[in-house]
Amino acid sequence: MKAWLPALLRLAVLVLLVVFITSPNWFEPLLKPLTENGAPAIYNQGSLLTLTLQHLRTVLIATVAATIVAVALAILVTRPAGAEFLPLSRSLVNIGQTFPPVAVLALAVPAVGFGEKPTLIALFLYGLLPIFENALTALTTLPGNVMEAARGAGMTGWQRLMKVELPLSAPVILGGIRLSMVISLATATIGSTVAAKTLGEVIIAGLISNNLAFVLQGGLIVAALAVLIYDGLSAIERYAARRMGQGAE
Amino acid sequence: MTIRFDKLGVVIAAIVAYAALAAPFATFRANRIVPGQARSILEALPSALGILLLAIVIAGGIVALVRTPLILRMVASLVALVALVILIGVAGGFLTPDGNTFARVAPASGFWLLAFAFVLLLADVLTRLNLSPLARIGVLAVAALAIGALLVSGLWDSLSILKEYASRADSFWTEASKHVTLALGSLAGAVIVGIPLGILCHRVERLRDGVLNVLNIIQTIPSIALFGLLIAPLGWVALHVPGAAAVGIRGIGTAPAFVALFLYSLLPVVANTVVGLAGVPRAANDAARGMGMTDRQRLLDVEFPLAFPVILAGIRIVLVQNIGLATIAALIGGGGFGVFVFQGIGQTAMDLVLLGAVPTVALAFAAAIILDAIIEMTSTRRRIDSA
Repeated sequence: MKAWLPALLRLAVLVLLVVFITSPNWFEPLLKPLTENGAPAIYNQGSLLTLTLQHLRTVLIATVAATIVAVALAILVTRPAGAEFLPLSRSLVNIGQTFPPVAVLALAVPAVGFGEKPTLIALFLYGLLPIFENALTALTTLPGNVMEAARGAGMTGWQRLMKVELPLSAPVILGGIRLSMVISLATATIGSTVAAKTLGEVIIAGLISNNLAFVLQGGLIVAALAVLIYDGLSAIERYAARRMGQGAE
Repeated sequence: MTIRFDKLGVVIAAIVAYAALAAPFATFRANRIVPGQARSILEALPSALGILLLAIVIAGGIVALVRTPLILRMVASLVALVALVILIGVAGGFLTPDGNTFARVAPASGFWLLAFAFVLLLADVLTRLNLSPLARIGVLAVAALAIGALLVSGLWDSLSILKEYASRADSFWTEASKHVTLALGSLAGAVIVGIPLGILCHRVERLRDGVLNVLNIIQTIPSIALFGLLIAPLGWVALHVPGAAAVGIRGIGTAPAFVALFLYSLLPVVANTVVGLAGVPRAANDAARGMGMTDRQRLLDVEFPLAFPVILAGIRIVLVQNIGLATIAALIGGGGFGVFVFQGIGQTAMDLVLLGAVPTVALAFAAAIILDAIIEMTSTRRRIDSA
């Protein structure tokens, strides 16, 4: 009887989220007590639906770009030709993770101006690291006997990569993508401090006008998106792991 | 003898060639917010020094390009870096017209790329040397001392970021101490609450999933929203709990920032405590039980020391993350380096942004190196002890 409970909860969160961003006015009575002096309870300087979609688009573009670059780099440094870069790339990843997102965002502004671009750069750079790290771990810890068998079967380097190494690494790489995407969803809100169109706009409008209802709705939409995407990607990951015969965790 | 190229060196040499010959070394602006004009190395420095710097970086590029002994690569990168940081200061003085206090000289892309290329070379050498943890902290200390000496010597005073500092010296140190207090204080709180909570979660299985799920969900709330959401409850506490306002609890300012950072810090500490305790070998526990140790002795003398490196790894994540997140506290009046970052964004004064961002990055970087070294020391000691 317990098995269906999490699924039901998730479905409820999803339905609530969709209803909220499409017709937020239904929820006005709920949020009204949080406002003062008759301030609006629902964000009124733009549609929540558009902002949510723009938020997701920014995160998606950054994550796709980060995935392509990070996986390509991880493949490069685990080939014999790129092995020289392996130790350095490890330390660079460690160093890179110490850069706070706000700093990356602020430093990108002089280079590319205000708006969506600095946010994309910050999300891209920040998203690279978890994916690269996981891809590297996966590609360097493949079972030796499998690799031997592939070599023994006469597979070329390219075939081994495409048919053995990448499919076997897929679950761990997906784990990195999931982590990176959840971090990006929250970090994208900070992009609104440099005029990017994300859900951060709602939160910041709330902070400026001292309107708690705005802060709450902005924060909750992002949190719900993050929880749902996290769960969705975890499910894909489990599916990939099962297909690779690694079984459910 | 055939010349063999170093693969990483090819990348470094390409960056050096582009940065030295095609990119601007410094930018000159008539005042702090107008767009700047680019100056190349030869334009930004007195001609003898300009030629010297070009010679040094090109020689450094060649050393990187060709396979050379590690020691030579280290010397080349250090010489190039020292020349760069000294001469950018000279360029500041050289480009600023005498007596003009509005003009701003800032390092431009060429300088940053050259610095990046030689830091990369140095990082590669240090990685290959495989330094011991103590030696790494030593290198960090020497670098910090060198930068401190440069700052004190006044050589960089003509650069724009230090001009921003000069007009805000007092508030810089107040914000710096607020930043450090926020980051370290919330970490201390998270350790005091998180480790016992982690031990409890380890012992009581029913509690574990619930606690970790709640902490996971807190992590998904965007930082600016969490900061904002805490304003109301803390404001209420300040009004209604006697004495709360007197100890500094207020709706806006440091209190909500502190609580938000504390909440974000809990998950890594609790989760790593649970993972660390779960990773204690069964045999160690059985042996301890067999020796007649009580639960309390077992926890303090066996489990906790064995789990310590993993718990430290959680603390490292928290510290680096908190130093970064503390910048956001400025949005709700909590102070910290974020004050300069957001003021700078508001005034489109990028030097002011740098004044906030550079110390934040430096702090986070130093914290990561020091804690990594400590983690390595504790985990190797454990291995030696158990061998």
